[in-house]
Amino acid sequence: MAQIGALGDKIYRSVLLIAASSILLIVFAIFYMMIQNSMPTIQRFGIGFLFASEWNPSQQMYGALPFIYGTVVSSLIAILIAVPVSLGIAIFLVEQAPAKVARPIAFMVELLAAIPSVVYGLWGIFVLAPFIRNHLGPVLQDYLGFLPLFQGRLTGIGMLTGGIILAIMITPIITAVVRDVLDAVPTTQREAALALGATKWETTMVVLGNAASGIAGAVVLGLGRAVGETMAVTMVIGNSPQISASLFEPAYTIASVLAANFADATEELYLSALIEMGLVLFLVTLVINALAKLLIMSVANKTNAAKHV
Amino acid sequence: MERTMSTHNTRRRVVNAFMTALTAACAISVTLILLIILAYIAYQGVTSISIEFLIDTPKPVGEGGGIGNAIVGSAMMTLLAALIGLPIGIAAGVYLAEFGKNWYGNIVRFVADTLIGVPSIIIGIFIYTLIVIPMGRQSGLAGGIALAIIMIPIVARTTEEMILLVPNSMREGALALGAPQWRVSWNIVLPAAASGIATGAMLAIARITGETAPLLFTALNSRFYNFFYDQPMSSLTVQIYNYATGPFAVEHAMAWAATLLLVGLILVINIIVRFLTRKKH
Amino acid sequence: MESKISITNLDFYYGKEQALFDITLEIPPREVVAFIGPSGCGKSTFLRTLNRMNDTIPIARVTGTVLIDGENIYRPGMDVVALRRKVGMVFQKSNPFPKSIFENVAYGIRINGLHSGKSDLDARVEKALRDAALWDEVKDRLSTSAFGLSGGQQQRLCIARALAVQPDVILMDEPASALDPIATQKIEELVVGLKQDYTIVIVTHNMQQAARVSDRTAFFMLGKLVEYNPTQKMFTNPDEKLTEDYITGRFG
Repeated sequence: MAQIGALGDKIYRSVLLIAASSILLIVFAIFYMMIQNSMPTIQRFGIGFLFASEWNPSQQMYGALPFIYGTVVSSLIAILIAVPVSLGIAIFLVEQAPAKVARPIAFMVELLAAIPSVVYGLWGIFVLAPFIRNHLGPVLQDYLGFLPLFQGRLTGIGMLTGGIILAIMITPIITAVVRDVLDAVPTTQREAALALGATKWETTMVVLGNAASGIAGAVVLGLGRAVGETMAVTMVIGNSPQISASLFEPAYTIASVLAANFADATEELYLSALIEMGLVLFLVTLVINALAKLLIMSVANKTNAAKHV
Repeated sequence: MERTMSTHNTRRRVVNAFMTALTAACAISVTLILLIILAYIAYQGVTSISIEFLIDTPKPVGEGGGIGNAIVGSAMMTLLAALIGLPIGIAAGVYLAEFGKNWYGNIVRFVADTLIGVPSIIIGIFIYTLIVIPMGRQSGLAGGIALAIIMIPIVARTTEEMILLVPNSMREGALALGAPQWRVSWNIVLPAAASGIATGAMLAIARITGETAPLLFTALNSRFYNFFYDQPMSSLTVQIYNYATGPFAVEHAMAWAATLLLVGLILVINIIVRFLTRKKH
Repeated sequence: MESKISITNLDFYYGKEQALFDITLEIPPREVVAFIGPSGCGKSTFLRTLNRMNDTIPIARVTGTVLIDGENIYRPGMDVVALRRKVGMVFQKSNPFPKSIFENVAYGIRINGLHSGKSDLDARVEKALRDAALWDEVKDRLSTSAFGLSGGQQQRLCIARALAVQPDVILMDEPASALDPIATQKIEELVVGLKQDYTIVIVTHNMQQAARVSDRTAFFMLGKLVEYNPTQKMFTNPDEKLTEDYITGRFG
C-alpha cells in the first residue's frame, strides 16, 4: 500500500513537472527558432541592421531604425499620458473613494483591459482618428504649432493616434499594479502622516513615497505592454517606415510591421529581416518584464501586485 | 507670522481639494472612455447584425455576406487551444503550488510571468516557423496551438494562486489519515480550488478569443466554412481586422457587427466571473 | 483647575456595534493620564477619538462631545488637520517614514510650514530630537535611513517627530509594547519628563507602567469607563471591586 502510494506520488509529480517545464521549453524554443530563422539577415547586416534607416524590401534594403523609432516614440507618448492618469485612478480608488464607489469603477477599468486589441483598432480608425483630425489636432496646431512635433498634415492617422490608443490600452494594467502596490503600504504610514496634521493629499504623498519602486515597476510593465501591443497600433499609426519629427505623420512600429507584412513575406531575406525584428522585440520585452517584476517584488512580494507581471 | 501661517494653510487646503478633484476626474474620464467605446460598438453593431450575417460567409462587396465561418473558426481554434492549454497550464500551476517552493519553481514562475508579457505576435512568428513552414501552409491547427501557448502561463499562474488559497489544514487533515500526496492533491485540494481554477480558465478563454496578432499568419483566413484543422481557418478577430481596414463602408459596418458579437461575448464572460467570485468573498 | 480635555457622554459605534458607552472624563493639563483595561475594552478606540483618528474608518460614528481647550472637536466644520497638529500621536508599533532620520522629524515641520529658513528647521529638528532624548545617539547620522535605528530608537524618533510640530497634547497608544525592558524604561523616563510641557494620554496593557508614569488612571472594561482616579488611589484603594480584581490579577 505504501509502495503504491509512493509510486503514485512519483508519477503524479513527474507529470506535473513535465507540464511546468513545458513553459521553460516554450520560451527556449521561441528564442531558438527566432535566432535560427533570422540568421540570413544577422549574417548579412550584423548589428548595422538596427541602425540602418532604409527599408525597401523590393531592393533588399532592410533597416530596422524607423521601426525602433516608431516603437520607442509611440510607447513614450503612451507612458506620458497613461502614467499620470493611472496614478490618479489608483490614488482615487485606494486613498479616496469609499468602497461603494471604488468597486464599480475598479471593475470598469478592468473591463477596459478585456477589450481586444483589434476592437481598439477599429474604434481608433473610426472614432479616435477623426476626433484627432477634426478637434484635437487643430487645437494642438493652434497653440503648439510652432513646435516641429505638431507640424505637418493632419490625417488623424499617425504617431500621436497610435500613442493615444496605446495609452488607453495600458492604463488598466498600470492602474491595477499601482492599486495593489498602494494597498500594500501599511496603514500605519498613513496614520503617522495624519497624526502630524497632514492633509489627505500630503498623506497620499507619503504613501506614494513608500510605494515608489513598485510604481516604477508598474510604469516599466506598462512600457512593456506598449512596446509589444500590435493590432490597434497597426490599424491607426499609418504604417509608413519614416522618421519624422511630427507626431501627426504616419509611422511604423516593430509589432505593426510584423502584423502588416509577415504574411506576404515569401522571400527568404525579407522573412529573416522581419523575424530578426521580432527577435529584438522579444528580447526587449523579456528584459522589460523581468525588470518590472523585480521592481514590483521589492515592495510587494507577498501581495497581489506581483501577479500582474 | 500669523498671516503667512494662514496663507500657508489655505494653500494646503486648496492643493488638497484640487488634487482630490483631479484624481476623481482621472477615474471618471477613463470610466467614460469605456462607456463611450461600448456605446459606440453597440450603436454601430446593432444596425448591421442579423441572422443571415451570423450564418453567411464573406461575399464580394455589395452581395451581403457574413461571419458564420469566422464564428465556427474562432470556436474551433479556441476549443483546440483550451484542450491543449488548460491541462498543461493547470498541471503546471499545480506543480508550482504543490512542489514549486524551490529554485526550479522560482525559475518556472519567473519565466511564466515573462512569457505572459511577451507580445502575442511573437508567439505567432514562433508557430509560423515551428508549424506553418514545415507544413507548407497556414492552418487552424497552427492558430489553435498559438492560442494554447498564450493560455498556458496565464492558466498556470491563476491555478497556482487558487490552490494556495486552499487552507493548509485541509491538506494536513488528509495527509494525517495516511493518504499519499497525489491523492490529497487530486482528490482534496484540486476540487476545493476547482471553482477558482474554472473562473481563471474562463478569463483565459475570453482573452484568447480576442487575440488577433497570433492568428494573422498562422491560421490566416478563409472565405469558406472549414471544419478541418489542417486548412487555413477564419476567425472573428482577423475578419474584423480585414473588414475594418478595407475601403468599403459596408465592410466597416460588418466589422462593427462582428465586434458587437465578440465584445459582447467577452464582457459576458467577465461579468459572470465577476459575479461568481464576488459571491464567494 | 481648568481641564485640558473634557469628554462628555461619548458613545462610539462601529457600524451597528457599540464599542464605547457613555464616557465622561476630565483630563487636566500637564499631567499623564493612563488608560488601562483588558484587550478589546475600547481604550485604544477611545484614545483615537481624541484626535479623530477614527475618521479614517468609514463605518465609525461618534456621539457626545470632546472639548479640547473648550472647543468641541466634533463640531461641524472642525478643522481636523489643525486638530491633529495640536494633538499628536505615537503608535503601538513605531512607524517612521522611509526617509532619513532628519527628514522624519522635519516632515511635520515642513508640511505645516512652521519654520522660517533652513537654520530654523535644523534648530527645530535638533530640539525635537533632544526633547525625545535621542539627539546624542543620532546627531552624527541624521542623513541615514530611519530604518537603521533600533526598535526603541525608532519609537523615540516617532516621539520626536510628534514633538516637532509643537502639539499641546500627546496621545500614546501602547508605545512600549513592542520594546525590550531597557528601551521601555527609556520611553517611560521620557514620558515623565515630557509632562512639564505636554498633556499626555497613554494607553497601556502594563499596569506597572501605568503606576510608574501616570498621575491619573482610567480603567476600562467592555467599552465602559469603570473607574477614574488618581493613580496612587487607584492602585492602593480603588473605589470599585472590579478595578481591584483587575489590578490584583484576579482576571484576564
